[in-house]
Amino acid sequence: MAPKKSSVRQAAVIGGNRIPFARANGRYARASNLDMLTATLDGLVARYGLAGERLGEVVAGAVLKHSRDFNLTREAVLGSRLAASTPAYDVQQACGTGLEAAIAVSNKIKLGQIDSGVAGGVDTASDAPIAVNEDLRRILVALGAARSAGARLKLLGKLRPGQIVPEIPQNSEPRTGLSMGEHAAITAKEWGVSREAQDELAAASHQHLAAAYDRGFFDDLVTPYLGLTRDDNVRPDSSVEKLARLTPVFGKGEGATMTAGNSTPLTDGSALVLLGSDEWAAEHRLPVLAHFVDAETAAVDYVHGGGADDRYGRDGLLTAPVHAVPRLLARNGLTLQDFDFYEIHEAFASTVLATLKAWEDPAFSKERLGLDTPLGPIDRAKLNVNGSSLAAGHPFAATGGRIVASLATQLHEKGSGRGLISICAAGGQGVVAILEAAE
Amino acid sequence: MSNDRLRDLSNSMIAGRLGVPRVPVLRRYEPGQALLPGPALVTAVGAGRFAKPVGALVEESGQKAVEGVGDERLAAVVLDLTAAATLADLAAAQQILTPAVRKIAPSGRLLVLGPEPAEASSAEAAAVAQALDGLVRSIAKELRAGATANLLVVAAEAVPAAVDSSVRFFLSSRSAYVDGQVVHVGVPVGEPQDPTGMDDPIDPDRPLAGRVAVVTGAARGIGAAIADTLARDGASIVAVDIPAAGEGLAAVANRTAGVAVALDITTPEAPQRLLEHLRERHGGVDLVVHNAGITRDKLLANMDAARWDSVLAVNLGAQLRINDALLAADGVLHEAGRIVCVSSQSGIAGNRGQTNYSASKAGIIGMVRAYAPRFAERGATINAVAPGFIETEMTAAMPIGTREAGRRVNSLRQGGLPVDVAETIGWLGQSSSGGVNGQVVRVCGQSILGA
Ligand SMILES: NC(=O)c1ccc[n+]([C@@H]2O[C@H](COP(=O)([O-])OP(=O)(O)OC[C@H]3O[C@@H](n4cnc5c(N)ncnc54)[C@H](O)[C@@H]3O)[C@@H](O)[C@H]2O)c1
Repeated sequence: MAPKKSSVRQAAVIGGNRIPFARANGRYARASNLDMLTATLDGLVARYGLAGERLGEVVAGAVLKHSRDFNLTREAVLGSRLAASTPAYDVQQACGTGLEAAIAVSNKIKLGQIDSGVAGGVDTASDAPIAVNEDLRRILVALGAARSAGARLKLLGKLRPGQIVPEIPQNSEPRTGLSMGEHAAITAKEWGVSREAQDELAAASHQHLAAAYDRGFFDDLVTPYLGLTRDDNVRPDSSVEKLARLTPVFGKGEGATMTAGNSTPLTDGSALVLLGSDEWAAEHRLPVLAHFVDAETAAVDYVHGGGADDRYGRDGLLTAPVHAVPRLLARNGLTLQDFDFYEIHEAFASTVLATLKAWEDPAFSKERLGLDTPLGPIDRAKLNVNGSSLAAGHPFAATGGRIVASLATQLHEKGSGRGLISICAAGGQGVVAILEAAE
Repeated sequence: MSNDRLRDLSNSMIAGRLGVPRVPVLRRYEPGQALLPGPALVTAVGAGRFAKPVGALVEESGQKAVEGVGDERLAAVVLDLTAAATLADLAAAQQILTPAVRKIAPSGRLLVLGPEPAEASSAEAAAVAQALDGLVRSIAKELRAGATANLLVVAAEAVPAAVDSSVRFFLSSRSAYVDGQVVHVGVPVGEPQDPTGMDDPIDPDRPLAGRVAVVTGAARGIGAAIADTLARDGASIVAVDIPAAGEGLAAVANRTAGVAVALDITTPEAPQRLLEHLRERHGGVDLVVHNAGITRDKLLANMDAARWDSVLAVNLGAQLRINDALLAADGVLHEAGRIVCVSSQSGIAGNRGQTNYSASKAGIIGMVRAYAPRFAERGATINAVAPGFIETEMTAAMPIGTREAGRRVNSLRQGGLPVDVAETIGWLGQSSSGGVNGQVVRVCGQSILGA
């Protein structure tokens, strides 16, 4: 199963950098993924004094991506102050992109293939790629291939006004046609997640994030961008009472509980983490905040029938972390209670709450997770202590980098302990990881 | 940065015919530039001990050092009056200087080395030493075309090596906007160290090689110019500014291949965080430049506590606390450490609407003098620079009348550039500038305000 600790070296989280997250079509409306990723990389370079340095690798990605950005991360490196000899590649695993990138880099560090690397991601919902209508695309492709003027004319004759309607990327699952929120609403209903509990979680996220900014927690994690110095979605005065006034937007009828207040808004932003071996960090006089211990990715069937609502799969779209975490714990000989911090990505408040309920449920744990005893409850005071996606926003591929850097900083502040990261992703996938404070 | 239209216009042909006084274009330093663009007159009255080594320095830099005035234009005149003690000596100085000033080239340099009046053995000697003060300041006002005159007052026990970095600075174009200044040079504190740890003398193009320099308020303006200039001279830059200024700060850190530290210097934990950063990430610090500063202008009659407190906290309080922390900490401030504090002309002359700012900037001068002997015990120095009218975004936003007045009331008839402040800090920051301690050097083109 797991490689013995002695056979590989440790991968250190040295630090991170992100730009403040901005609500879509707002402050970063004119910034591209490449702009944001390059600025974030340069902020990281400045914080850690890496100008001119050749790093082992930069790995990042975006979920909403223009075709011209096929080499997004490498282009960001070339536009940054890192040495141009730093290699890079793109990854894409929906909202798991940033964390999966960190796993990829830390694994190479552990194996000694690289000594240092940067991982993360970027997304813009404002500057999303818009494709031409599929009929039009076919004609245009044929036009490019046509050899004679006559053939071209014939093709042009096929053009119709309706073909001008562009294809705008949908925030929906290709195989179910449901939006992520609609899927989450099914899960919320299945697990009986109450509106009050969701609003409480959302209010706490805003309050925690605002307090973290006020105490300077983000001074070494965020670099202002285009005049924005804090995430502009955060509402320091958010409260359960205010959130209770919003009308539900996902789910139907009486049982609908999910509002714009307890769901993440579309957001633009970018986040990166700096990883390295302990030796590389020491040589560069850089701090080791935490070690990247282990990670697990899971996937669930939310498509092929068998669930409470038989039209869809028996698992909820965003419930893969429910399965990933017990596997990760078993491999590392840990229980769910062996953690000082839990970073559970708040795609929706209900997702976090349904995940926690599943881990506490004896029947589900036995039948679906194969556990004789459920993982059990967590100390809620240790959950998302400096706020999470409900408050900060969720530029899809950027969330992993945001969480890894924040958790590592929390562990460093505490000086000891362990943290669990859980991120759900479109396509029924989930990426989870363990970080441990550096001694 | 400088959009001084009058200077540009005054140098046009039409202006020349109309007799508009020229606003000189000052010679400024570029890497690789020779110390002087032409020959220098280097001489002494009596047994001055500096004329010979300064002459050698000029020759070594590739220029002729002459002992008498001929037909040639002079890029510099260096007169060693450290042995002058009588009115006859003073008269001899006049005999040398009168023909010499006629030959000074545009952006030329007149540098007088004189004795410490406090060390004089007679009233006449003290009078002569002090007379140099009035003499040099007056010459500075008479010189034209960007030429400057400055006085180094040298302690009897200071050997030639003690004045080396100061002589180089005042002769070079690095001192373009420093005019009519009197700087005292004593026996250097600590050992003048070779920063690269080799036996080579300091590279005049990279006099800060191997030194770690902290610059506060480095995200923009004068602070950014200081970071750029110190990096050009070889220093590793630790650029500090408030978290909200992080975008500009990152740009400065990256273009200087330095490190950005997002830190509000007024927070209670700031000194400790800064020192920790310096210890862990850089193994200590050689040069600390206290540049961060703010204005919150209001007539005293309308002053509120918030305006007063914030200006005093950033401009003075934070510097005091960081300096105390540097003195208290073992090993963070290296041997031959240098602290340079950015004061202001307003702290010397006062300024209407700036009681808070002027108090803070005058306070810096008192602070520097009080700390000087304490830092000297550690082999370190602390000095202040007091900029006059410096062309920045702030001055560009001034009403044209105020701006024009501000620019012209000095002997060079123009505002200075941020780089002029930065060059002065670079000189004081060198390990070989240990003879200058507890001083205030104005970078003001010999402004008439507060003089
Ligand atoms: N511009 C002039 O003509 C002039 C003249 C005399 C003196 N000065 C002095 O020169 C210095 C620089 O002036 P400038 O014109 O470049 O000003 P500036 O406003 O352009 O830059 C000052 C910098 O200090 C930073 N700063 C402010 N408060 C801070 C804090 N609490 N912690 C960390 N950083 C902080 C600011 O963010 C800013 O980046 C100041 O001390 C100023 O008083 C300027």
